[in-house]
Amino acid sequence: MIRNLWNDLEGTFFPESALDYMPEARLREVQLQRLKAVTALAYANVPLFRERMDAKGVKPADLRTLADVRHLPFSVKGDLRDTYPYGLFAVPMSEVVRLHASSGTTGKPIVVGYTAQDMEVWKQVIMRTLYAAGFSRGDIVQNMYGYGLFTGGLGLHGGLEGIGATVIPISGGNSERQIMVMKDFGVTAVCCTPSYFIHLIEVAQKMGIDFRRDLKVKRGVFGAEPWTDQMRQYIEDASGIKAFDIYGLSEIIGPGVGAECECRDGLHIFEDHFLVEIVDPQTLEPVPDGTEGELVFTTLSKQAMPAIRYRTRDITAIDTRPCACGRTIRRIRRISRRSDDMFIIRGVNVFPSQIETALLKTEATLPHYQIVLTRKAGLDRMEVKVEVTADMLSDKVGAMDELAKRFGRSIEQITGLHAEVTLVQPGSIPRSEGKAKRLFDKRNEG
Amino acid sequence: MKITQLSVFLENRPGRLSALCRTLADAGVNLSTLMLSDNGEFGLLRLLTPDVDKAKATIAAAGYAATTTEVVALQVPDKPGGLAGVLVLLEKSGVSVEYMYAFAERPGSDAVMVFRFDNTDKALAALSDAGIAVFKPVDLFKN
Repeated sequence: MIRNLWNDLEGTFFPESALDYMPEARLREVQLQRLKAVTALAYANVPLFRERMDAKGVKPADLRTLADVRHLPFSVKGDLRDTYPYGLFAVPMSEVVRLHASSGTTGKPIVVGYTAQDMEVWKQVIMRTLYAAGFSRGDIVQNMYGYGLFTGGLGLHGGLEGIGATVIPISGGNSERQIMVMKDFGVTAVCCTPSYFIHLIEVAQKMGIDFRRDLKVKRGVFGAEPWTDQMRQYIEDASGIKAFDIYGLSEIIGPGVGAECECRDGLHIFEDHFLVEIVDPQTLEPVPDGTEGELVFTTLSKQAMPAIRYRTRDITAIDTRPCACGRTIRRIRRISRRSDDMFIIRGVNVFPSQIETALLKTEATLPHYQIVLTRKAGLDRMEVKVEVTADMLSDKVGAMDELAKRFGRSIEQITGLHAEVTLVQPGSIPRSEGKAKRLFDKRNEG
Repeated sequence: MKITQLSVFLENRPGRLSALCRTLADAGVNLSTLMLSDNGEFGLLRLLTPDVDKAKATIAAAGYAATTTEVVALQVPDKPGGLAGVLVLLEKSGVSVEYMYAFAERPGSDAVMVFRFDNTDKALAALSDAGIAVFKPVDLFKN
Protein backbone atom coordinates (compact mmCIF):
# COMPACT_ATOMS: atom_id res chain seq x y z
CA MET A 1 0.00 0.00 0.00
CA ILE A 2 1.27 3.42 -0.98
CA ARG A 3 0.29 4.75 2.43
CA ASN A 4 3.09 2.78 4.06
CA LEU A 5 5.68 4.81 2.17
CA TRP A 6 4.42 7.95 3.92
CA ASN A 7 3.93 6.57 7.39
CA ASP A 8 6.39 9.03 8.88
CA LEU A 9 4.17 11.86 7.62
CA GLU A 10 0.91 10.31 8.80
CA GLY A 11 -1.86 12.86 8.96
CA THR A 12 0.12 15.67 7.35
CA PHE A 13 0.81 14.51 3.78
CA PHE A 14 -1.56 12.70 1.46
CA PRO A 15 -0.06 11.51 -1.83
CA GLU A 16 -3.43 11.59 -3.65
CA SER A 17 -3.75 15.30 -2.87
CA ALA A 18 -0.41 16.05 -4.52
CA LEU A 19 -2.31 16.50 -7.81
CA ASP A 20 -4.12 19.48 -6.24
CA TYR A 21 -0.78 21.32 -6.28
CA MET A 22 0.41 20.54 -9.83
CA PRO A 23 2.28 23.43 -11.47
CA GLU A 24 -0.28 25.37 -13.47
CA ALA A 25 1.47 25.07 -16.86
CA ARG A 26 1.75 21.32 -16.48
CA LEU A 27 -1.90 21.13 -15.40
CA ARG A 28 -3.02 22.90 -18.60
CA GLU A 29 -0.91 20.51 -20.70
CA VAL A 30 -2.55 17.53 -19.00
CA GLN A 31 -5.96 19.07 -19.58
CA LEU A 32 -5.38 19.66 -23.29
CA GLN A 33 -4.02 16.19 -23.86
CA ARG A 34 -7.01 14.66 -22.08
CA LEU A 35 -9.50 16.98 -23.78
CA LYS A 36 -8.31 15.75 -27.17
CA ALA A 37 -8.56 12.13 -26.07
CA VAL A 38 -12.02 12.38 -24.53
CA THR A 39 -13.40 14.29 -27.50
CA ALA A 40 -12.04 11.64 -29.86
CA LEU A 41 -13.58 8.91 -27.70
CA ALA A 42 -16.98 10.64 -27.66
CA TYR A 43 -16.89 11.38 -31.39
CA ALA A 44 -16.02 7.81 -32.27
CA ASN A 45 -18.50 6.05 -29.98
CA VAL A 46 -21.43 8.31 -29.09
CA PRO A 47 -23.77 9.06 -32.03
CA LEU A 48 -25.26 12.13 -30.31
CA PHE A 49 -21.88 13.83 -29.88
CA ARG A 50 -20.77 12.87 -33.41
CA GLU A 51 -23.96 14.27 -34.98
CA ARG A 52 -23.71 17.51 -33.01
CA MET A 53 -20.05 18.00 -33.83
CA ASP A 54 -20.67 17.25 -37.48
CA ALA A 55 -23.54 19.74 -37.48
CA LYS A 56 -21.15 22.40 -36.14
CA GLY A 57 -18.45 21.31 -38.56
CA VAL A 58 -15.96 20.59 -35.80
CA LYS A 59 -13.70 17.55 -35.52
CA PRO A 60 -11.69 16.33 -32.51
CA ALA A 61 -8.52 17.18 -34.47
CA ASP A 62 -9.57 20.86 -34.49
CA LEU A 63 -8.78 21.16 -30.78
CA ARG A 64 -5.40 22.88 -30.61
CA THR A 65 -5.69 24.87 -27.40
CA LEU A 66 -7.88 24.57 -24.32
CA ALA A 67 -9.83 27.65 -25.44
CA ASP A 68 -10.94 25.68 -28.53
CA VAL A 69 -13.35 23.81 -26.28
CA ARG A 70 -15.79 26.64 -27.00
CA HIS A 71 -16.25 25.26 -30.53
CA LEU A 72 -17.66 22.00 -29.19
CA PRO A 73 -21.45 21.57 -28.87
CA PHE A 74 -23.16 21.66 -25.45
CA SER A 75 -24.99 18.80 -23.83
CA VAL A 76 -27.84 18.99 -21.30
CA LYS A 77 -29.72 16.75 -18.89
CA GLY A 78 -32.43 16.19 -21.51
CA ASP A 79 -29.84 14.39 -23.67
CA LEU A 80 -29.53 11.71 -21.00
CA ARG A 81 -33.31 11.26 -20.91
CA ASP A 82 -33.59 11.22 -24.70
CA THR A 83 -30.95 8.50 -24.99
CA TYR A 84 -32.15 6.56 -21.92
CA PRO A 85 -30.68 4.32 -20.67
CA TYR A 86 -27.28 3.78 -22.34
CA GLY A 87 -27.28 6.11 -25.35
CA LEU A 88 -24.36 8.26 -24.18
CA PHE A 89 -22.10 5.38 -23.20
CA ALA A 90 -18.81 5.34 -25.11
CA VAL A 91 -17.68 1.81 -24.22
CA PRO A 92 -19.27 -1.63 -24.62
CA MET A 93 -21.38 -2.76 -21.65
CA SER A 94 -18.77 -5.41 -20.89
CA GLU A 95 -16.47 -2.56 -19.77
CA VAL A 96 -19.09 -0.98 -17.51
CA VAL A 97 -18.75 -2.12 -13.91
CA ARG A 98 -21.23 0.21 -12.19
CA LEU A 99 -24.50 1.95 -12.98
CA HIS A 100 -26.14 4.76 -11.03
CA ALA A 101 -29.36 6.63 -11.75
CA SER A 102 -31.07 9.81 -10.69
CA SER A 103 -34.28 9.67 -8.72
CA GLY A 104 -36.13 10.93 -11.79
CA THR A 105 -38.79 13.24 -10.37
CA THR A 106 -39.84 14.13 -13.89
CA GLY A 107 -40.34 11.12 -16.15
CA LYS A 108 -37.57 8.59 -16.73
CA PRO A 109 -34.50 8.65 -14.52
CA ILE A 110 -31.10 9.36 -16.03
CA VAL A 111 -28.54 6.58 -16.01
CA VAL A 112 -24.80 6.97 -15.65
CA GLY A 113 -22.08 4.31 -16.02
CA TYR A 114 -18.51 3.76 -14.87
CA THR A 115 -15.64 1.60 -16.11
CA ALA A 116 -13.18 0.14 -13.61
CA GLN A 117 -10.86 3.07 -14.32
CA ASP A 118 -13.72 5.54 -13.83
CA MET A 119 -14.36 3.96 -10.44
CA GLU A 120 -10.70 4.43 -9.52
CA VAL A 121 -10.77 8.09 -10.63
CA TRP A 122 -13.99 8.62 -8.67
CA LYS A 123 -12.41 7.17 -5.55
CA GLN A 124 -9.33 9.36 -5.99
CA VAL A 125 -11.24 12.63 -6.39
CA ILE A 126 -13.35 11.84 -3.34
CA MET A 127 -10.23 11.05 -1.34
CA ARG A 128 -8.90 14.48 -2.37
CA THR A 129 -12.26 15.98 -1.38
CA LEU A 130 -12.10 14.39 2.07
CA TYR A 131 -8.47 15.25 2.69
CA ALA A 132 -9.19 18.87 1.77
CA ALA A 133 -11.88 18.89 4.48
CA GLY A 134 -9.47 17.45 7.04
CA PHE A 135 -10.82 13.88 7.09
CA SER A 136 -8.21 11.18 7.59
CA ARG A 137 -7.56 7.67 8.81
CA GLY A 138 -8.77 7.36 12.38
CA ASP A 139 -12.00 9.23 11.67
CA ILE A 140 -15.23 7.35 12.33
CA VAL A 141 -17.49 8.61 9.58
CA GLN A 142 -21.27 8.37 9.44
CA ASN A 143 -22.21 8.46 5.75
CA MET A 144 -25.85 9.55 5.64
CA TYR A 145 -26.07 10.02 1.90
CA GLY A 146 -28.51 7.58 0.35
CA TYR A 147 -26.95 4.28 -0.68
CA GLY A 148 -28.25 2.72 -3.85
CA LEU A 149 -28.82 4.28 -7.25
CA PHE A 150 -27.98 7.79 -5.96
CA THR A 151 -24.27 8.55 -6.48
CA GLY A 152 -23.92 10.26 -3.09
CA GLY A 153 -23.83 7.28 -0.74
CA LEU A 154 -21.64 4.81 -2.60
CA GLY A 155 -19.51 7.60 -4.08
CA LEU A 156 -18.49 8.96 -0.67
CA HIS A 157 -18.21 5.40 0.60
CA GLY A 158 -15.46 4.52 -1.89
CA GLY A 159 -13.42 7.61 -1.02
CA LEU A 160 -13.89 7.09 2.72
CA GLU A 161 -12.56 3.54 2.42
CA GLY A 162 -9.76 4.93 0.26
CA ILE A 163 -8.50 7.26 2.96
CA GLY A 164 -8.75 4.48 5.51
CA ALA A 165 -11.51 6.02 7.61
CA THR A 166 -13.94 3.83 9.54
CA VAL A 167 -17.13 4.03 7.48
CA ILE A 168 -20.62 3.63 8.89
CA PRO A 169 -22.74 3.06 5.78
CA ILE A 170 -25.99 4.05 7.47
CA SER A 171 -27.57 5.82 4.47
CA GLY A 172 -30.34 8.41 4.98
CA GLY A 173 -33.47 8.38 7.11
CA ASN A 174 -34.53 7.32 10.60
CA SER A 175 -33.18 10.44 12.23
CA GLU A 176 -33.38 9.31 15.86
CA ARG A 177 -31.36 6.24 15.04
CA GLN A 178 -28.81 8.47 13.25
CA ILE A 179 -28.32 10.45 16.46
CA MET A 180 -28.12 7.26 18.55
CA VAL A 181 -25.44 5.81 16.26
CA MET A 182 -23.58 9.13 16.18
CA LYS A 183 -23.40 9.02 19.97
CA ASP A 184 -22.85 5.33 20.61
CA PHE A 185 -20.30 4.74 17.81
CA GLY A 186 -18.23 7.82 18.73
CA VAL A 187 -18.66 9.34 15.27
CA THR A 188 -16.08 12.07 14.50
CA ALA A 189 -17.21 13.16 11.02
CA VAL A 190 -20.36 13.08 8.90
CA CYS A 191 -21.48 13.25 5.26
CA CYS A 192 -25.01 14.27 4.23
CA THR A 193 -27.03 17.07 2.67
CA PRO A 194 -26.90 20.33 4.65
CA SER A 195 -30.68 20.45 5.04
CA TYR A 196 -30.71 16.93 6.48
CA PHE A 197 -28.03 17.87 8.98
CA ILE A 198 -30.05 20.89 10.09
CA HIS A 199 -32.96 18.51 10.55
CA LEU A 200 -30.73 16.25 12.66
CA ILE A 201 -29.72 19.18 14.86
CA GLU A 202 -33.42 19.68 15.63
CA VAL A 203 -33.93 15.99 16.26
CA ALA A 204 -30.97 15.88 18.65
CA GLN A 205 -32.36 18.88 20.54
CA LYS A 206 -35.69 17.12 20.94
CA MET A 207 -33.91 14.01 22.19
CA GLY A 208 -32.09 16.14 24.75
CA ILE A 209 -28.72 15.49 23.12
CA ASP A 210 -26.22 18.32 22.99
CA PHE A 211 -23.82 18.14 20.05
CA ARG A 212 -20.95 19.72 21.94
CA ARG A 213 -21.44 17.86 25.21
CA ASP A 214 -22.65 14.45 24.09
CA LEU A 215 -21.16 13.90 20.63
CA LYS A 216 -17.66 13.78 19.19
CA VAL A 217 -18.48 15.01 15.69
CA LYS A 218 -15.89 17.56 14.59
CA ARG A 219 -16.45 18.04 10.88
CA GLY A 220 -18.74 17.25 8.02
CA VAL A 221 -18.88 17.47 4.23
CA PHE A 222 -22.20 18.67 2.91
CA GLY A 223 -23.41 18.83 -0.66
CA ALA A 224 -25.96 17.69 -3.25
CA GLU A 225 -27.90 20.96 -2.91
CA PRO A 226 -27.06 24.65 -2.79
CA TRP A 227 -26.72 26.05 0.73
CA THR A 228 -25.98 29.49 2.03
CA ASP A 229 -23.26 30.90 4.28
CA GLN A 230 -25.99 31.58 6.83
CA MET A 231 -26.90 27.87 6.83
CA ARG A 232 -23.25 27.08 7.45
CA GLN A 233 -23.18 29.57 10.31
CA TYR A 234 -26.27 27.99 11.80
CA ILE A 235 -24.85 24.46 11.49
CA GLU A 236 -21.57 25.47 13.09
CA ASP A 237 -23.15 27.51 15.89
CA ALA A 238 -25.75 24.88 16.71
CA SER A 239 -23.51 21.82 16.54
CA GLY A 240 -19.96 23.08 17.02
CA ILE A 241 -18.70 21.15 13.97
CA LYS A 242 -16.78 22.55 11.01
CA ALA A 243 -18.87 22.34 7.85
CA PHE A 244 -17.35 21.97 4.36
CA ASP A 245 -19.12 22.38 1.05
CA ILE A 246 -18.57 19.72 -1.60
CA TYR A 247 -19.77 19.75 -5.18
CA GLY A 248 -20.63 17.11 -7.71
CA LEU A 249 -23.29 15.79 -10.00
CA SER A 250 -24.03 12.33 -11.32
CA GLU A 251 -23.78 13.38 -14.96
CA ILE A 252 -20.13 14.34 -14.41
CA ILE A 253 -19.09 11.65 -11.90
CA GLY A 254 -21.11 12.18 -8.71
CA PRO A 255 -19.63 13.83 -5.62
CA GLY A 256 -15.92 14.60 -6.08
CA VAL A 257 -16.03 17.30 -8.76
CA GLY A 258 -15.09 20.12 -6.42
CA ALA A 259 -14.42 20.66 -2.73
CA GLU A 260 -13.61 23.29 -0.15
CA CYS A 261 -10.22 23.27 1.52
CA GLU A 262 -9.52 24.51 5.05
CA CYS A 263 -9.73 28.13 3.77
CA ARG A 264 -13.39 27.60 2.82
CA ASP A 265 -13.31 30.39 0.31
CA GLY A 266 -14.79 28.69 -2.73
CA LEU A 267 -14.58 25.14 -4.04
CA HIS A 268 -11.46 23.78 -5.73
CA ILE A 269 -12.31 21.92 -8.92
CA PHE A 270 -10.30 18.77 -9.60
CA GLU A 271 -9.21 20.26 -12.87
CA ASP A 272 -7.02 17.36 -13.96
CA HIS A 273 -10.27 15.41 -14.43
CA PHE A 274 -12.87 18.10 -15.08
CA LEU A 275 -12.54 21.04 -17.45
CA VAL A 276 -14.53 23.95 -16.08
CA GLU A 277 -16.14 26.76 -18.09
CA ILE A 278 -18.57 29.51 -17.17
CA VAL A 279 -20.97 30.66 -19.88
CA ASP A 280 -23.72 33.21 -20.11
CA PRO A 281 -26.90 31.12 -19.69
CA GLN A 282 -28.69 33.13 -22.38
CA THR A 283 -26.06 33.60 -25.09
CA LEU A 284 -24.03 30.50 -24.11
CA GLU A 285 -20.87 32.50 -24.78
CA PRO A 286 -17.99 32.06 -22.30
CA VAL A 287 -17.76 34.89 -19.77
CA PRO A 288 -14.50 36.33 -18.35
CA ASP A 289 -13.09 34.75 -15.19
CA GLY A 290 -14.74 36.18 -12.10
CA THR A 291 -18.04 36.83 -13.89
CA GLU A 292 -21.13 34.89 -12.85
CA GLY A 293 -22.67 32.47 -15.27
CA GLU A 294 -23.69 28.88 -15.80
CA LEU A 295 -21.17 26.23 -14.83
CA VAL A 296 -20.23 23.89 -17.70
CA PHE A 297 -18.07 20.78 -17.42
CA THR A 298 -16.21 18.53 -19.83
CA THR A 299 -15.01 15.31 -18.24
CA LEU A 300 -11.36 14.80 -19.13
CA SER A 301 -10.81 11.20 -18.11
CA LYS A 302 -14.25 9.58 -18.03
CA GLN A 303 -14.46 6.47 -20.20
CA ALA A 304 -17.90 4.94 -19.81
CA MET A 305 -19.86 8.14 -20.20
CA PRO A 306 -17.85 11.17 -21.23
CA ALA A 307 -19.62 14.51 -20.85
CA ILE A 308 -18.84 17.19 -23.39
CA ARG A 309 -19.64 20.77 -22.30
CA TYR A 310 -22.38 19.61 -19.98
CA ARG A 311 -24.56 22.47 -18.74
CA THR A 312 -25.06 22.04 -15.00
CA ARG A 313 -27.67 24.85 -14.56
CA ASP A 314 -25.67 25.89 -11.49
CA ILE A 315 -24.77 29.58 -11.33
CA THR A 316 -21.29 30.52 -10.11
CA ALA A 317 -18.03 32.20 -11.15
CA ILE A 318 -14.43 31.04 -11.52
CA ASP A 319 -12.07 32.48 -8.94
CA THR A 320 -8.53 32.66 -10.34
CA ARG A 321 -6.95 34.22 -7.25
CA PRO A 322 -4.39 31.94 -5.63
CA CYS A 323 -5.84 30.15 -2.59
CA ALA A 324 -4.07 30.51 0.73
CA CYS A 325 -3.96 26.70 0.98
CA GLY A 326 -1.50 26.60 -1.91
CA ARG A 327 -3.56 24.41 -4.22
CA THR A 328 -3.08 25.35 -7.86
CA ILE A 329 -6.37 23.91 -9.05
CA ARG A 330 -8.75 26.83 -9.42
CA ARG A 331 -11.86 27.52 -7.42
CA ILE A 332 -15.47 28.29 -8.18
CA ARG A 333 -17.60 30.35 -5.81
CA ARG A 334 -20.10 28.44 -3.73
CA ILE A 335 -23.24 27.67 -5.69
CA SER A 336 -26.03 29.80 -4.28
CA ARG A 337 -28.60 29.19 -6.96
CA ARG A 338 -29.49 27.25 -10.04
CA SER A 339 -30.58 28.78 -13.27
CA ASP A 340 -33.62 26.47 -13.26
CA ASP A 341 -34.57 27.13 -9.61
CA MET A 342 -35.20 30.69 -10.53
CA PHE A 343 -38.84 31.56 -10.87
CA ILE A 344 -40.37 34.51 -12.60
CA ILE A 345 -43.29 36.15 -10.87
CA ARG A 346 -44.95 39.26 -12.26
CA GLY A 347 -41.96 39.66 -14.55
CA VAL A 348 -39.41 39.62 -11.74
CA ASN A 349 -36.69 36.96 -11.48
CA VAL A 350 -36.59 35.49 -7.98
CA PHE A 351 -34.29 32.86 -6.49
CA PRO A 352 -35.33 30.88 -3.40
CA SER A 353 -31.99 31.92 -1.86
CA GLN A 354 -33.23 35.53 -1.85
CA ILE A 355 -36.23 34.52 0.25
CA GLU A 356 -33.85 32.72 2.59
CA THR A 357 -31.72 35.84 2.97
CA ALA A 358 -34.86 37.88 3.71
CA LEU A 359 -35.98 35.48 6.44
CA LEU A 360 -32.52 35.54 7.99
CA LYS A 361 -32.62 39.31 8.17
CA THR A 362 -35.63 39.03 10.46
CA GLU A 363 -34.72 35.98 12.51
CA ALA A 364 -31.26 34.97 13.65
CA THR A 365 -31.68 31.36 12.63
CA LEU A 366 -33.26 30.16 9.43
CA PRO A 367 -36.79 28.92 10.01
CA HIS A 368 -38.21 26.18 7.82
CA TYR A 369 -40.02 27.77 4.93
CA GLN A 370 -41.78 26.99 1.70
CA ILE A 371 -42.60 29.19 -1.26
CA VAL A 372 -45.96 28.54 -2.92
CA LEU A 373 -46.84 30.24 -6.17
CA THR A 374 -50.50 30.38 -7.18
CA ARG A 375 -52.51 32.15 -9.84
CA LYS A 376 -55.86 33.72 -9.12
CA ALA A 377 -57.81 35.50 -11.85
CA GLY A 378 -54.66 35.78 -13.94
CA LEU A 379 -52.66 37.34 -11.11
CA ASP A 380 -49.63 35.56 -9.69
CA ARG A 381 -49.36 35.35 -5.93
CA MET A 382 -46.38 34.38 -3.85
CA GLU A 383 -47.05 32.87 -0.48
CA VAL A 384 -44.21 32.14 1.92
CA LYS A 385 -45.02 29.71 4.69
CA VAL A 386 -42.78 30.05 7.72
CA GLU A 387 -42.72 27.62 10.62
CA VAL A 388 -43.00 29.27 14.02
CA THR A 389 -40.40 28.19 16.56
CA ALA A 390 -40.55 28.62 20.32
CA ASP A 391 -37.90 31.34 19.98
CA MET A 392 -40.12 33.57 17.87
CA LEU A 393 -43.31 32.89 19.77
CA SER A 394 -45.10 35.56 21.77
CA ASP A 395 -48.25 35.15 23.82
CA LYS A 396 -49.73 38.18 22.06
CA VAL A 397 -51.49 37.83 18.70
CA GLY A 398 -50.49 41.35 17.74
CA ALA A 399 -46.80 40.55 18.18
CA MET A 400 -47.16 37.49 15.97
CA ASP A 401 -48.96 39.55 13.33
CA GLU A 402 -46.08 41.99 13.47
CA LEU A 403 -43.57 39.18 13.01
CA ALA A 404 -45.34 38.01 9.84
CA LYS A 405 -45.36 41.60 8.60
CA ARG A 406 -41.63 41.94 9.30
CA PHE A 407 -40.94 38.82 7.21
CA GLY A 408 -43.10 40.27 4.45
CA ARG A 409 -41.34 43.64 4.50
CA SER A 410 -37.95 41.96 4.42
CA ILE A 411 -38.93 39.85 1.38
CA GLU A 412 -40.30 42.94 -0.34
CA GLN A 413 -37.06 44.83 0.33
CA ILE A 414 -34.96 42.12 -1.26
CA THR A 415 -37.13 40.95 -4.15
CA GLY A 416 -39.27 44.01 -4.71
CA LEU A 417 -42.32 41.77 -4.58
CA HIS A 418 -45.19 41.51 -2.15
CA ALA A 419 -45.34 38.11 -0.48
CA GLU A 420 -48.12 36.81 1.66
CA VAL A 421 -46.40 35.41 4.74
CA THR A 422 -48.25 32.68 6.60
CA LEU A 423 -47.05 31.47 9.97
CA VAL A 424 -47.51 27.74 10.33
CA GLN A 425 -47.01 25.21 13.10
CA PRO A 426 -43.60 23.60 13.56
CA GLY A 427 -43.24 20.39 11.60
CA SER A 428 -46.06 21.19 9.18
CA ILE A 429 -43.69 21.75 6.24
CA PRO A 430 -42.43 18.37 5.00
CA ARG A 431 -38.80 17.71 5.96
CA SER A 432 -36.38 16.48 3.39
CA GLU A 433 -34.29 13.46 4.06
CA GLY A 434 -32.61 14.24 0.76
CA LYS A 435 -32.74 17.46 -1.20
CA ALA A 436 -34.92 20.21 0.20
CA LYS A 437 -37.83 21.25 -1.99
CA ARG A 438 -38.55 24.87 -1.19
CA LEU A 439 -40.58 25.93 -4.17
CA PHE A 440 -44.06 24.79 -5.12
CA ASP A 441 -45.27 26.35 -8.33
CA LYS A 442 -49.00 25.70 -8.57
CA ARG A 443 -49.70 28.42 -11.10
CA ASN A 444 -50.60 25.99 -13.85
CA GLU A 445 -52.77 23.73 -11.71
CA GLY A 446 -56.54 23.80 -11.73
CA MET B 1 -47.80 35.81 43.31
CA LYS B 2 -47.43 35.05 39.65
CA ILE B 3 -49.05 32.21 37.78
CA THR B 4 -47.23 30.66 34.82
CA GLN B 5 -49.33 30.61 31.68
CA LEU B 6 -48.47 28.47 28.68
CA SER B 7 -49.12 29.86 25.17
CA VAL B 8 -49.16 27.52 22.19
CA PHE B 9 -49.12 28.48 18.51
CA LEU B 10 -51.90 26.79 16.53
CA GLU B 11 -52.79 27.12 12.88
CA ASN B 12 -56.40 28.02 12.34
CA ARG B 13 -57.34 24.70 10.79
CA PRO B 14 -59.89 22.05 11.74
CA GLY B 15 -58.57 19.50 14.20
CA ARG B 16 -55.58 21.47 15.45
CA LEU B 17 -57.07 22.36 18.81
CA SER B 18 -58.44 18.88 19.43
CA ALA B 19 -55.08 17.32 18.53
CA LEU B 20 -53.33 19.46 21.12
CA CYS B 21 -55.92 18.70 23.79
CA ARG B 22 -55.66 15.00 23.01
CA THR B 23 -51.88 15.15 23.38
CA LEU B 24 -52.21 16.77 26.80
CA ALA B 25 -54.97 14.39 27.88
CA ASP B 26 -52.86 11.38 26.90
CA ALA B 27 -50.08 12.71 29.10
CA GLY B 28 -52.53 13.09 31.99
CA VAL B 29 -52.30 16.88 32.06
CA ASN B 30 -55.37 18.52 33.55
CA LEU B 31 -56.35 21.89 32.07
CA SER B 32 -57.89 24.45 34.41
CA THR B 33 -58.57 27.21 31.91
CA LEU B 34 -58.19 27.69 28.16
CA MET B 35 -58.34 30.92 26.22
CA LEU B 36 -57.91 31.00 22.47
CA SER B 37 -57.36 34.21 20.62
CA ASP B 38 -56.86 34.24 16.90
CA ASN B 39 -56.53 36.47 13.89
CA GLY B 40 -58.25 34.20 11.36
CA GLU B 41 -55.00 32.62 10.18
CA PHE B 42 -53.51 31.37 13.39
CA GLY B 43 -54.37 31.30 17.03
CA LEU B 44 -52.60 31.46 20.34
CA LEU B 45 -53.97 29.08 22.90
CA ARG B 46 -53.27 30.25 26.43
CA LEU B 47 -53.73 27.69 29.09
CA LEU B 48 -53.44 27.36 32.83
CA THR B 49 -52.71 24.03 34.38
CA PRO B 50 -51.50 22.89 37.80
CA ASP B 51 -48.78 20.94 36.00
CA VAL B 52 -47.19 23.57 33.78
CA ASP B 53 -43.76 21.93 33.52
CA LYS B 54 -45.21 18.63 32.41
CA ALA B 55 -47.58 20.39 30.02
CA LYS B 56 -44.72 22.35 28.48
CA ALA B 57 -42.52 19.29 28.07
CA THR B 58 -45.39 17.30 26.56
CA ILE B 59 -46.22 20.07 24.11
CA ALA B 60 -42.60 20.61 23.06
CA ALA B 61 -42.04 16.89 22.58
CA ALA B 62 -45.11 16.75 20.35
CA GLY B 63 -43.50 19.40 18.17
CA TYR B 64 -45.56 22.48 19.05
CA ALA B 65 -44.07 25.91 19.57
CA ALA B 66 -44.87 27.04 23.10
CA THR B 67 -43.79 29.81 25.42
CA THR B 68 -44.49 30.69 29.04
CA THR B 69 -45.68 34.04 30.42
CA GLU B 70 -46.34 35.28 33.93
CA VAL B 71 -49.95 36.23 34.65
CA VAL B 72 -51.85 37.24 37.76
CA ALA B 73 -55.11 35.73 39.01
CA LEU B 74 -57.30 37.61 41.42
CA GLN B 75 -60.77 37.52 42.86
CA VAL B 76 -63.14 40.14 41.53
CA PRO B 77 -66.20 40.95 43.66
CA ASP B 78 -69.27 39.47 41.93
CA LYS B 79 -71.24 42.71 41.89
CA PRO B 80 -71.68 45.68 39.51
CA GLY B 81 -68.47 47.71 39.39
CA GLY B 82 -66.34 44.94 40.86
CA LEU B 83 -64.05 44.67 37.85
CA ALA B 84 -64.10 48.39 37.13
CA GLY B 85 -62.72 49.12 40.61
CA VAL B 86 -59.74 46.87 40.04
CA LEU B 87 -59.08 48.26 36.56
CA VAL B 88 -59.21 51.86 37.73
CA LEU B 89 -56.77 51.08 40.49
CA LEU B 90 -54.31 49.55 38.03
CA GLU B 91 -54.76 52.33 35.53
CA LYS B 92 -53.83 54.84 38.23
CA SER B 93 -50.59 53.00 38.91
CA GLY B 94 -49.66 53.13 35.22
CA VAL B 95 -50.09 49.43 34.49
CA SER B 96 -51.76 48.28 31.28
CA VAL B 97 -53.72 45.11 30.79
CA GLU B 98 -52.51 43.30 27.68
CA TYR B 99 -55.41 40.86 27.86
CA MET B 100 -57.54 39.16 30.47
CA TYR B 101 -59.90 36.24 30.77
CA ALA B 102 -62.03 34.49 33.32
CA PHE B 103 -60.76 31.52 35.25
CA ALA B 104 -63.06 28.60 34.49
CA GLU B 105 -63.14 26.95 37.88
CA ARG B 106 -64.36 29.13 40.68
CA PRO B 107 -62.82 28.38 44.06
CA GLY B 108 -65.40 30.53 45.89
CA SER B 109 -68.43 32.55 44.96
CA ASP B 110 -66.69 35.53 43.39
CA ALA B 111 -65.33 35.67 39.83
CA VAL B 112 -61.68 34.90 39.28
CA MET B 113 -59.99 36.86 36.52
CA VAL B 114 -56.62 36.19 34.94
CA PHE B 115 -54.64 39.27 33.85
CA ARG B 116 -51.68 39.62 31.56
CA PHE B 117 -50.07 42.98 32.45
CA ASP B 118 -47.39 44.83 30.58
CA ASN B 119 -45.52 45.10 33.87
CA THR B 120 -46.39 42.24 36.19
CA ASP B 121 -44.22 43.31 39.13
CA LYS B 122 -45.62 46.82 39.15
CA ALA B 123 -49.17 45.46 38.98
CA LEU B 124 -48.52 43.12 41.90
CA ALA B 125 -47.15 45.98 43.99
CA ALA B 126 -50.19 48.16 43.23
CA LEU B 127 -52.59 45.34 44.10
CA SER B 128 -50.73 44.62 47.29
CA ASP B 129 -50.78 48.30 48.32
CA ALA B 130 -54.55 48.34 47.76
CA GLY B 131 -54.92 45.22 49.87
CA ILE B 132 -56.22 43.10 46.99
CA ALA B 133 -55.12 39.49 47.32
CA VAL B 134 -53.91 37.57 44.32
CA PHE B 135 -53.99 33.81 44.03
CA LYS B 136 -51.02 31.62 44.70
CA PRO B 137 -50.81 28.71 42.23
CA VAL B 138 -51.47 26.28 45.06
CA ASP B 139 -54.77 27.97 45.99
CA LEU B 140 -55.86 28.62 42.44
CA PHE B 141 -55.58 25.02 41.36
CA LYS B 142 -56.90 23.30 44.48
CA ASN B 143 -60.08 21.49 43.63
